[in-house]
Amino acid sequence: MITFLQQLINGISQGSAYALIALGYTMVYGVLRLINFAHSDVYMFGAFMGYYIANNRTFQEQMGTSLLSAMVVMLGAMVLSAGLGIIIERFAYRPGRTKTRFTLAFWLGVLGAAFGDLLGDSLAAIIGGALIGLAVGVVGELAGFRPVQQDSRLGLLIIAIGVSLFLENGGQLVFGADPKFFPEILPSKSLNIGPLNLDSPKLIVLGVSLVLMILLNIVVNYTKTGKAMRAVSFNLDAAKLMGINTDRIIATTFAMGSALAAAGGILVSLLYPKIEPLMGVNPGLKAFVAAVLGGIGNIPGAMVGGLVLGLAEVMAVWLGSSTYRDAIAFVVLILILLFKPEGIMGKGLVEKV
Amino acid sequence: MGLLDIKDCTKKFGGLVAVRNLNMSLAPGSLYGLIGPNGAGKTTVFNLITGVYTPDQGSIELDGKAIHKKKPSSIARLGMSRTFQNIRLFKSMTVLENVKLARHMKRKQGLFDAVMRTKSLTEEERQIEHDATELLKIFHLDGRAGELASNLPYGAQRRLEIARALATDPKVLLLDEPAAGMNPQESIELMGLIRSVRDRFQLTVLLVEHNMKVVMGICERIQVIDYGETIALGSPKQIQDDPRVIEAYLGGA
Amino acid sequence: MRRAIFWIAAILILAGLQTQLAGWIGAYYYKIVILAGVNIILAASLNLINGITGQFSIGHAGFYAIGAYTSASLVHFGESSIRGAVAFLPRFGQDTVLLLLGILVAAMAAGLAGLVVGIPSLRLRGDYLAIVTLGFGEIIRVLILNIDAIGGARGFSDIPPLSNFFFFWVFLFVLVTVSTIHNLVNSSYGRAFISIRDDEIAAEAMGVDTTRFKVLSFVISSMFAGIGGSLFGHYTAYLNPNTFTFVTSFYLIIMIVVGGLGSIGGSILGAVLVTVILEAFRSLSEFRLVGFSILLVLVMIYRPQGLMGSRGMFKFRRKAAVAK
Repeated sequence: MITFLQQLINGISQGSAYALIALGYTMVYGVLRLINFAHSDVYMFGAFMGYYIANNRTFQEQMGTSLLSAMVVMLGAMVLSAGLGIIIERFAYRPGRTKTRFTLAFWLGVLGAAFGDLLGDSLAAIIGGALIGLAVGVVGELAGFRPVQQDSRLGLLIIAIGVSLFLENGGQLVFGADPKFFPEILPSKSLNIGPLNLDSPKLIVLGVSLVLMILLNIVVNYTKTGKAMRAVSFNLDAAKLMGINTDRIIATTFAMGSALAAAGGILVSLLYPKIEPLMGVNPGLKAFVAAVLGGIGNIPGAMVGGLVLGLAEVMAVWLGSSTYRDAIAFVVLILILLFKPEGIMGKGLVEKV
Repeated sequence: MGLLDIKDCTKKFGGLVAVRNLNMSLAPGSLYGLIGPNGAGKTTVFNLITGVYTPDQGSIELDGKAIHKKKPSSIARLGMSRTFQNIRLFKSMTVLENVKLARHMKRKQGLFDAVMRTKSLTEEERQIEHDATELLKIFHLDGRAGELASNLPYGAQRRLEIARALATDPKVLLLDEPAAGMNPQESIELMGLIRSVRDRFQLTVLLVEHNMKVVMGICERIQVIDYGETIALGSPKQIQDDPRVIEAYLGGA
Repeated sequence: MRRAIFWIAAILILAGLQTQLAGWIGAYYYKIVILAGVNIILAASLNLINGITGQFSIGHAGFYAIGAYTSASLVHFGESSIRGAVAFLPRFGQDTVLLLLGILVAAMAAGLAGLVVGIPSLRLRGDYLAIVTLGFGEIIRVLILNIDAIGGARGFSDIPPLSNFFFFWVFLFVLVTVSTIHNLVNSSYGRAFISIRDDEIAAEAMGVDTTRFKVLSFVISSMFAGIGGSLFGHYTAYLNPNTFTFVTSFYLIIMIVVGGLGSIGGSILGAVLVTVILEAFRSLSEFRLVGFSILLVLVMIYRPQGLMGSRGMFKFRRKAAVAK
């Protein structure tokens, strides 16, 4: 019984991490109908930002280990990641949607370079590719070639994957491919509630996730910005006609989602201090499954989906074997698609004929 | 009992009741019109009939068989075909190919035949090409058979959509605003086309249309709906004189 | 009759080339040619579901992997029993039987996987297939990593070599793949697939059971990916899960986008182009980088329908011999 409750708590804290990341996926999908492949890398970026802040000499001297210092680390990471999210939206996705030639050329050049030199052996490769792309774009412009209207769906997808690869390779370059260890920024305490043993990291994860999700709910449901976000996710064009600055709302959505992902990154690093540039790939995929599980585009759904998936994983590992832990997410995905594709909370988009 | 019967259908979208306790009965061979102001629920009715939506209450029967729970493709196979308000042609296909696609249900070729290109396949392909070309001739589109459907002028695209719908050998043909965007001359030609097609192929036609000249000109029976409910039903003359109809349209005609 | 002649001629030509090719172009380029052939099979099959049927599969590497590993497993574990069953044949014949059996099993396994993955996801909106295939590709890779019997992370290396004639086999199956897909496209099935791509709602209204056809297209596509995998595995005689990552799936997408979504000739062109850039310039990483960047930029901005367009530059249409 005790172990069961213990596993329950493990599941919920794992699930909260998934939920935080899933929220970003679901919000972006809601407003743009885009699967933001780069989101998992923002999660990684957040963890690294936290790492660098926490390891900063001045910071360590001034703050030491305390709840406050942990909060500063997390907020710092969140702010920086929100910035990254805004940059990605502005320079990668928006040009993909509006077909701005040069930025598109830039990113395609980057993508080409990333492929041409897969493991990011040289920063020069990536920059070189980008410049080549730009050069081709300029030459084409001067020569009078007109870009063709295309089905943006596949193009956006390719760009999204390109950004993700860029961040992963870039991360390996800039941060180094070897794993790092998140420093202790919290006093380690243990709490005993009856027969249960809870250590502070798990409690913090649960508590902070809860607070963040409540905050998000307040913003989405009780503020003007939140209302605008909901309007945009319903119908982008109608929202534009209503006078909503959709570009700004989309940027805000990205910022919020990225901040949450960063928070997730920090919280997970408290539990599992090993961080490395590819750390986002696996949780990202699972968080996405969680978002689908709860109903893609549905914010409470992402929270529920994350928790359910986290619990399912922990239970499966406890009852079965840890080898197939990753397979759980996939099985859950297939099951939900078979039986309730609109997700637990459901969204049900009807196409008008 | 008509060829197509809608019995007490209700369809809600969240809090909005698009169609409420609707009844409709299409006699075989008739030219039936469904009209009403914008937002009255006409396209919803179409979508209910063709299986795109499922009614929350009530039933729909084609030739006595319940179809309201079936998929659109099953309903099409039972003899119902349609055109669309915002023309939905297969843009990357040619005029001829659009019609050939609609002969899909007539095929007997199996996967093996297709992959191995057997005699029976080439025979069937020849037949399909022949049937499709004949149909195009009726609509004066055979000269453009090899052109991309998307390159056709508007009026021709509308005709092609009707030709394609007919290629499924339907019993019931649903036309969703076929006269939209047409000038008076084209509308008159369309009226003649619909009548002749109904006669030649022994169809039952249900028409949703805003162009009153067309509706009053060819429909034998007209049903008027507003806010998802029937407000009048009768011959063109009766409808034109009906005060409720006039009120619903606020004088439009 | 004409077709029988075509195939006999093809077999003879391929066999002839097989004997001479390595001598003419050297082992290095010979290998690239074979890899290009495998990629053609993969790209053409991916094109069937993505380009022709208009869906969003981004996990093709998963089916590729299933084909490779099941075929290798069958041959590795079943070699003695199968050889025993056909002991009356000369060694060469036994090898061929093993190879063909492996290819068959690969196709079946990959096709079955396609069915399992496709049925739940293809009932739904387009995005779902992308999600599922992405997850599927990853899952397969993880599963392979964890199954020790087939090598796991070390790789599967005891794959008995079954032939010295891989050029022949690979390109024979290239012909099989291309002709199958070509014939499909020029039949009722092809029109159904394309109608689904162009307008699913209209297709449904015209009597096409869209889910059924999407699944069909997906299963056929997976089967051919499995065949490609089988050939690859037996040729290289070594399999490693790292060959079957998401990046591989993505390379395949680039091949068909560059070549022209929906164009069979385009997938051939795209596969060859990308393979050449990847392999031939493997040592000259700068050129590889430059090649890809330019290629992608040019295509995605100035010719997003691909080098050969969505219908193919040369109309692969056979004029139906209509006796008028």
